[in-house]
Amino acid sequence: MGLPTFKPVADYAVLIEFGTKVDDALNRKVVALDKAIAAARITGVVETVPALVNLLVVFDPLATTHTNVQAAVTTLFPLGPTDDVETTAHSVPVCYDTELSPDLINVAKAVDMSIEAVIAAHMSANLRVSMYGFAPGFAYLSGLPDAIQVPRKPSATRGVQTGRVMIAGPQCLITTVVMPTGWSIIGRTAVQVMQDDPDNPFLFNVGDSVTFERIRREDLPARLQAP
Amino acid sequence: MTTARFKVTFAGPLVSFQDQGRIGHLRYGVSSSGPMDRLAHRAAHALVGNTKVGSSIEVSLGGLILECVAGEATVGIAGGGFSVHCGATKTTGWTVQTMRQGEKLTIRAGDWGSWTYIAFTGQLVLDHWLGATTTHSMSGFGAGALQAGMEFEVQNTEVRDARNGDTPCPKIAQTYDTIRVVIGPQDQHFDPASVETFCTTPFTLTEAFDRMGVRLRGPELTLKNALSIPSEPIIRGSVQVSGDGVPTVLLADHQTTGGYPKIATVISADVDRLAQMRAGATVRFKAVSAEDAIDAARAYNAECSATISDLAAPKATLAEKLQNLNLIDGVVTAKD
Repeated sequence: MGLPTFKPVADYAVLIEFGTKVDDALNRKVVALDKAIAAARITGVVETVPALVNLLVVFDPLATTHTNVQAAVTTLFPLGPTDDVETTAHSVPVCYDTELSPDLINVAKAVDMSIEAVIAAHMSANLRVSMYGFAPGFAYLSGLPDAIQVPRKPSATRGVQTGRVMIAGPQCLITTVVMPTGWSIIGRTAVQVMQDDPDNPFLFNVGDSVTFERIRREDLPARLQAP
Repeated sequence: MTTARFKVTFAGPLVSFQDQGRIGHLRYGVSSSGPMDRLAHRAAHALVGNTKVGSSIEVSLGGLILECVAGEATVGIAGGGFSVHCGATKTTGWTVQTMRQGEKLTIRAGDWGSWTYIAFTGQLVLDHWLGATTTHSMSGFGAGALQAGMEFEVQNTEVRDARNGDTPCPKIAQTYDTIRVVIGPQDQHFDPASVETFCTTPFTLTEAFDRMGVRLRGPELTLKNALSIPSEPIIRGSVQVSGDGVPTVLLADHQTTGGYPKIATVISADVDRLAQMRAGATVRFKAVSAEDAIDAARAYNAECSATISDLAAPKATLAEKLQNLNLIDGVVTAKD
């Protein structure tokens, strides 16, 4: 694996970039480096932010410098095979009831498939947590099949509640905060990405894999069964 | 030591509880938040003699009115040049006052600055999220925004009347119009002339200004076909440029990733000074090297520490103050 590029960010971070085009292989390198940096316990490193093709290393400028962080990270190369990186596989129960999934019909129309075929395609996907962003707990799950990819809706829906399973382009996510969104809501889940557990506040780590399994409306907690 | 209760009689928008921030969760989409002006937040605690920097109230230009409904507490106020009314005392800016039951504290926008902080002797009793009380404005998580009608409690309050009175705002906590940046990390997506323009032409802060960021007005910065770049990490101080060529400086409650290219990043020594400026103010960006930015961070940190220890130094007791006053009076009398 060749060395990535290093760019200084203000006085307290370095952006480490593996490439410029979104692809699963680059994201796997990001995850591998993220784990390697965590294991190396580099002096002055405060936290890391893995994204699609690059990784931000935030450091304490009183304790180290961009140059020292770059030198320490460089010693971690070559990284091992990205397949060896330990990740967790999650199975998320989702209810695709059309009354609870306001955009499912339109997605089916847009991709010229039956609703059942859209659901089957969604459940067949083995998605990866490629990064978090936008809002707390917003884990971007990438790898949606081409057949059910739809663009963002022309206008955003306001006040979308938590526990909604949404798709846009090649990505899927589960809402964690109430917000406006132009993504298409195709299901509802009781799984909370942002958990009430101080020791383990977020369910997914970047690099984990996620699949969806279908449940009935009556299997949802009562609070989620109402339209 | 007592417990004091306060009632919020009025709170403008964006008035919230803050502590030093929620560090370590950027990777999960959680910005560190914390005070828009971190030095002023520390200073408010130092002014009242708190050895530990706990939570404070961050007051926006919208203002705040608090009433002490039980107990008493000495409070420190530091930040911009706000107008402060406490009981019968009317002052501005940096001050320490003791609030007693039935007294009101009214803070309104003053001559300069966008944010000011109220620290209490003792500890605010607040909700935590991910180990911090600081309010994340987009989600409302943490201790939250202050709303008219709500009450809150401060435990282990103390009256430290010896500390009461005004302190001039130290120079380091005042605003200045030259803000240092390190160019990048996505400057390659800009026309080189735009990078030059960014560093040589003044920009104006607009009203599109909240805890997430401030949009600027100025010459258009031309992007080189970069609107489909992958979403990348953002930090406090990132200057991202949207498709129409308009820059926005991301601040305390910034989103953690985004797909707009960043032409530059404001250094940590200057980002809070920028946040204290007001809509309509002019800012000039000055490019510095990464090495100079590190030196600036270290110099700023040393200066902040010195400022904080000055503010925290024990103040004269009331008896000593009176004695000093007599001495000065004596001098004046002698001259007469």
